[in-house]
Amino acid sequence: MSLRISTAPHMHNPLTTQRLMQFVFIALLPTAAWGVYAFGFSALLVLLLSMASAVAAEFVWQKIAKQPVRVGDFSALVTGLILGLNLPATAPWWMVIIGSAFAIIIVKQLFGGLGDNFLNPALAARAVLLASWPVHMTASACVNPTFFQAGVDAVSTATPLGAPGTFTLTQLFLGQCPGAIGEVSKAAILLGFLFLLLTGVISWRIPVITVCSVYVCTMLIGGADWQGALAAVLSGGVLFGSVFMATDYVTSPITPWGQVIYAVLIGLIITLIRLFGSYPEGVTYGILLMNIATPLIDRLPRTIYGVKKEAKKA
Amino acid sequence: MSENNEKKSLGKVFFNGIIPENPTFRLVLGTCPTLAVTTSALNGLGMGAAATFVLVCSNIAISLLRKFIPDQVRIPAFIVVICTFVTMVQLLMKAFLPSLDESLGIFIPLIVVNCIILARAEAFASKNGPVASAFDGLGMGLGFTLALTLMGSIRELIGNGSVFGWNLLGASYEPMLLIVLASGGFLTFGLLMGLVNLIVKKFERKRAEKEAQAA
Repeated sequence: MSLRISTAPHMHNPLTTQRLMQFVFIALLPTAAWGVYAFGFSALLVLLLSMASAVAAEFVWQKIAKQPVRVGDFSALVTGLILGLNLPATAPWWMVIIGSAFAIIIVKQLFGGLGDNFLNPALAARAVLLASWPVHMTASACVNPTFFQAGVDAVSTATPLGAPGTFTLTQLFLGQCPGAIGEVSKAAILLGFLFLLLTGVISWRIPVITVCSVYVCTMLIGGADWQGALAAVLSGGVLFGSVFMATDYVTSPITPWGQVIYAVLIGLIITLIRLFGSYPEGVTYGILLMNIATPLIDRLPRTIYGVKKEAKKA
Repeated sequence: MSENNEKKSLGKVFFNGIIPENPTFRLVLGTCPTLAVTTSALNGLGMGAAATFVLVCSNIAISLLRKFIPDQVRIPAFIVVICTFVTMVQLLMKAFLPSLDESLGIFIPLIVVNCIILARAEAFASKNGPVASAFDGLGMGLGFTLALTLMGSIRELIGNGSVFGWNLLGASYEPMLLIVLASGGFLTFGLLMGLVNLIVKKFERKRAEKEAQAA
């Protein structure tokens, strides 16, 4: 007979890893659907290819490393989908496959697999692709001409961040603007966020505080008015990043106050990179930098239960 | 008998630097030039060759001088010896290989403070005879050169599509810029170090099994 020994508290949680990942997958569907609608068939191909190659990379690695094959837990599928949503619809097929393989094998499996990666795999892969093929990563062709200029089949422009003032707030909110497949429609992202909140997969803290931090920092540091700050929040990947990538359990702090520090600093770094950096967008690096800082934040003093606080000396 | 023994140990001293105590992948010494100059295979080879020359010469010189150098000032004395050879290499390179000198830049004078050279002077040359020290320097230098050339070839192939300037992957290949940037250096270094350690461990396990069977 084998006895399993574990420390208290002994709570049964019906929310298994597989369940969690399924919920995240469902929450990503609205924004994925909008991306396919806005960017056309090529966006669907990019998403399918990134999911298939992420699952294949996980399967092949676990076979080679002689580990139990656990592709059924949906985590590789979710990583693949998030990576796909981070790419422009025009991404060449080999770039998608390299990105997925890098995310799964180098960022996730080489550091110990699910739960041991120190960076969000999809985001790290995006950073690698951005540094390696900047032209492919920032190209953003839109195939749905009704959104943009009449009579033009495909409009290739910089993201709204490269040309501020080109799009109205409503256009930015609904996703009638160029960008990566999954980041354009803020309405669809908010739908996914509501779903994750209601199912209890994530707490409101990190996404809401990150977005507020970007808003306030843009006002304070960039000197923007409320409209400009709102446009900064709605442009680029702020919403997508703060809802789906900054909230990754493995790479975000555990304690509530730790999460507050984490989220505020992500917003600050995003704003600083946007205003003063050489890249137009800073969401990727903002979240990655705070991913790296997470173990430090987790070591900040926290409440210890069963110990009385010493009364402050007057 | 004794001569035979010495030959065997010289071979061992020589091969020690190539795989079992490879300065780059096993001892993790001299990482600064390793990361900085391996953007192409030729740069890696040039750096390795320059360091090997300095290593062999300084090992021999320090081994010959080991009984005259007072223990208290041995590090400054080693540095002076190493400096001499580095200056020679730099002047030679400037005269005969100006393009390589330009691409390696500050990393040639920095060989003076290369940990591998000082470490071999301290750990080997100051305790052993000149012949053994020369073999040690040659083995370590070759190990360093092999590691740098390997890393340079991989980074040049992925980041530029060529090795030693020969285009191998065709015109349609779109190079992965990251690999020739600084972060790509760290990435390649880490992955190669892991791979080399994996292979060495496998060999050691097999040898241990064979020895256990023989015994």
